[in-house]
Amino acid sequence: MKQFSRFNLISLLLGFSFLYLPIIILIIFSFNESKLVTVWGGWSTKWYAELLQNQGIKDAAWVTLKVAFISASVAAVLGTIAGMTLSRFGRFRGRTLFSGMIYAPMVMPDVIIGLSLLLMFVALAVDRGIATITIAHITFSLCYVAVVVQSRLSSFDDSIEEAALDLGCTPAKTFLFITLPVIFPAVISGWLLAFTLSLDDLVIASFTSGPGSTTLPMKIYSQVRLGVTPEINAVSTILVGLVACGVLLASYINRRQAKQRQADEQMAAQAD
Amino acid sequence: MSNKGVLITGGQSEMGPLAAAQMRLASFAPYRWFVAAIIWIADKLGLRGRSLVIAMPYLWLLVFFLLPFAIVFKLSFSEIAIAIPPYTPIVSWVDGIYLRLQLSFESYQLLFEDSLYIKAYLNSIKIATVSTLLTLLIGYPMAYGMVRAPKQWRTTLLMLVILPFWTSFLIRVYAWIGILKTKGLLNLLLMNLGIISEPLTILNTNVAVYIGIVYSYLPFMILPLYANLEKLDGSLLEAAADLGCGPFKAFWTITIPLSTAGIVAGCFLVFIPAVGEFVIPDLLGGSDTLMIGKTLWVEFFNNRDWPLASAVAVLLLLILIVPIVLFQKFQERANAQSA
Amino acid sequence: MHENKEFYPWLDAKQKPYIQIERVTKKFGDFVAIDNLSLDIYRNEFFALLGPSGCGKTTLLRMLAGFEKPTEGRILLDGEDVSSVPPHQRLVNMMFQSYALFPHMTVEKNIGFGLKQDKVPAAQIKKRVDDMLELVQLGQFARRKPHQLSGGQRQRVALARSLIKQPKLLLLDEPLGALDKKLREQTQFELMNLQEELGITFMIVTHDQEEAMTVSSRIGLMINGDLEQVATPSELYETPKSRFVAEFIGDVNLLEGRYDGSGEFGLTMVCKESDSAIQSTQRLDVAHGTTIWAAIRPEKLEISKQRPEGTPNVLKGKVWDIGYGGSFSTYHVHLPNGKAMTAVRANRERSLEKSITWEDDVYLSWAPKSAVILTD
Repeated sequence: MKQFSRFNLISLLLGFSFLYLPIIILIIFSFNESKLVTVWGGWSTKWYAELLQNQGIKDAAWVTLKVAFISASVAAVLGTIAGMTLSRFGRFRGRTLFSGMIYAPMVMPDVIIGLSLLLMFVALAVDRGIATITIAHITFSLCYVAVVVQSRLSSFDDSIEEAALDLGCTPAKTFLFITLPVIFPAVISGWLLAFTLSLDDLVIASFTSGPGSTTLPMKIYSQVRLGVTPEINAVSTILVGLVACGVLLASYINRRQAKQRQADEQMAAQAD
Repeated sequence: MSNKGVLITGGQSEMGPLAAAQMRLASFAPYRWFVAAIIWIADKLGLRGRSLVIAMPYLWLLVFFLLPFAIVFKLSFSEIAIAIPPYTPIVSWVDGIYLRLQLSFESYQLLFEDSLYIKAYLNSIKIATVSTLLTLLIGYPMAYGMVRAPKQWRTTLLMLVILPFWTSFLIRVYAWIGILKTKGLLNLLLMNLGIISEPLTILNTNVAVYIGIVYSYLPFMILPLYANLEKLDGSLLEAAADLGCGPFKAFWTITIPLSTAGIVAGCFLVFIPAVGEFVIPDLLGGSDTLMIGKTLWVEFFNNRDWPLASAVAVLLLLILIVPIVLFQKFQERANAQSA
Repeated sequence: MHENKEFYPWLDAKQKPYIQIERVTKKFGDFVAIDNLSLDIYRNEFFALLGPSGCGKTTLLRMLAGFEKPTEGRILLDGEDVSSVPPHQRLVNMMFQSYALFPHMTVEKNIGFGLKQDKVPAAQIKKRVDDMLELVQLGQFARRKPHQLSGGQRQRVALARSLIKQPKLLLLDEPLGALDKKLREQTQFELMNLQEELGITFMIVTHDQEEAMTVSSRIGLMINGDLEQVATPSELYETPKSRFVAEFIGDVNLLEGRYDGSGEFGLTMVCKESDSAIQSTQRLDVAHGTTIWAAIRPEKLEISKQRPEGTPNVLKGKVWDIGYGGSFSTYHVHLPNGKAMTAVRANRERSLEKSITWEDDVYLSWAPKSAVILTD
């Protein structure tokens, strides 16, 4: 009944070409010998070599990594708590406001988040720099982590927590020894999501950064405005490559675990 | 904060970067205030355990998400001034005795008088609407194809949709510049194929903005659609066929109506951020591509008119509040139904 | 029920089968779901496909509906080959296990859906839907959506929807599986009445043997993609063809032994559980020493404290456990060699004082005609 028709195949082929061709072209042209982006001058890695000489880009990359690491880690903790709150704590005063504040940053235009945080930092006379960018990133990342954790929690029923409580486990211990291990994969993927969101962000970082705290996207943006350069292609290729490797590795581990689990279950079923 | 130097050169500190970062975070004023505020409020309210746990993310979002909006709102009633920060205070002491409240509606007046802003708002909504529909037109057949694809392909296909979502937005937009520009790859290809004789001007037009938005937000459309279509009970289509309904008709009478939830979710997820989009119109659009996110940016960074930028943000928020609230209601209901 | 009307079209050589499944094989990749299966079903039959999960019964049903095409062989409906007719053009309707009610349509729209596909005029659809709603007693629920109905009501909507086109054959895939026991029993009789009233041929798939025995005129017992035995419910119970059938339908005590000639009644079997040879009225044409089995239903085993007279088949044992089941009691008796036997005795007298109790030494006996001798 469920036939995979020619129409299905064509729409998938066209759709995925649309999604991937631009990135593939960009990657190919990062190995272009020629300075001109539309003229192919033969294979070369010279733009990567040049990249290593570029102190500005290296500094920006370092800032970006620091911000991404710290903000992802804090967001993972706060977001996990928020996700728990949303899915397990039922009704409490201010729940509507809370869930509103969780969902809103995900759809709020970056310019508004960036502007509002900047204005607050100015109003409180806080000097802008890496720390302010980090706070801004934690704020929107924690919402994503919360949603990921919440959906994981809603996929298994709360009777295992009730069982733990019933057997005399305190709520705090129940969280640490029962809930957390179960949602840990979600926390990890939440962390990864927060990390890449932070790596990606241009607009909010532009608002909340101060002198000397230029992130990589800001650096790329300022150069992109001047036109396409092979050097930016090279940076982009490295970034895309890193993320792709990370995602593929994560999904490989995931799939292997799922397979192992399936095999275990089959073995167990045969033991009956 | 007086030791900004430490903040920036922290990378060279003898401590590991993480420890250094934590130290800096701990000595960073807003963070200390935050922790202090949690403890103080928790003490005051006699909160313990559960409530204290809720309080952490709750307060974080109140302080760093809601409070900033209040400040934006307040600032939109200030006047631009040549000062640091570049605006006039709303509340000031007169002779040290009276508290004077000085509200200025100048920014809002400007927004409604200068047709530029109205146009920017309307144009943003138009561009977002058209792009959302285009995304749906491209995304639906893809999501449908993924659901119908052989089981062993599905994880890979899903992976292929998610992967671009994880890669840098900026880079993906940037990739189109080289393709769309006058001497770009697309024109080169079309001219070599003899389809056109003159290069098309696509970059720096609205068409480029549409392409950019559709391209960037396509995964946001596909994922909810896929999740929805995957849950569609195959026996419903079999029941329809069993009762004499052909495949094409079954698609319209069963599949489409039952995937409404996915369609709505996907459209919201594309429309809402697209309205306030900045990077795409800035890099791909032309000088005549008016979008409100770009206008805000220009007012803030180029004209340094913070009150006007705030007013723009307040109005943008007012425009978006309806779809955002609708979306949240919709999500909660969908969650409740699946539970 | 059917027996009363003497409805045995399969015994009548002049009757033409209504549905003919001819040497059908269905493979999914390497997996053989249906293995060279042939079956004839007659008009107005209520045929049940029974079998353990994974035996291929649902696949067979889905081939009849048209959702799967046979890899080999063909299916004839009323003399016409329908093997490659798509489901929406077949005059066969199906009631799905999940009911598959369209969640976005009202009860009325769901029931009328099939007629609408045939472009029946709206007024006529209305009338037939109303008739159908009355038939399944859902008149006041016409405007409700499926999620506003109880499980039993949904089941009736699904039934009405699949019946409204008056199909040549109605397929029912575990139609009562989602209902609780009481409702299920009540619905079984409703189904039978409906089937007789409408005169539509029914084919039901179930894994519940009691359900199959109650509703059907014939049962096809399936295993590993083929039919093990096709027979009326009573034949299947009283004269199973193999140990598999005997064990699948109801409870049975199996004694393994060797064929030892024809003897006084029909045949004798020697087995290690019994000192004397077991006697049966059945006759077999097998060699001496062939391994055979005696299958005795628990209710055919007599249990007594005194050694019974008048039957050669007596085993000695000890009561291990007693299960009180209201109208009857189940006795688990262990034979000296450890083999467990089950006997069921009706509780005819209202005495709470049990004549036979735990640890009692008892005799189990059965008449030579009560056991079935199996060679497979």
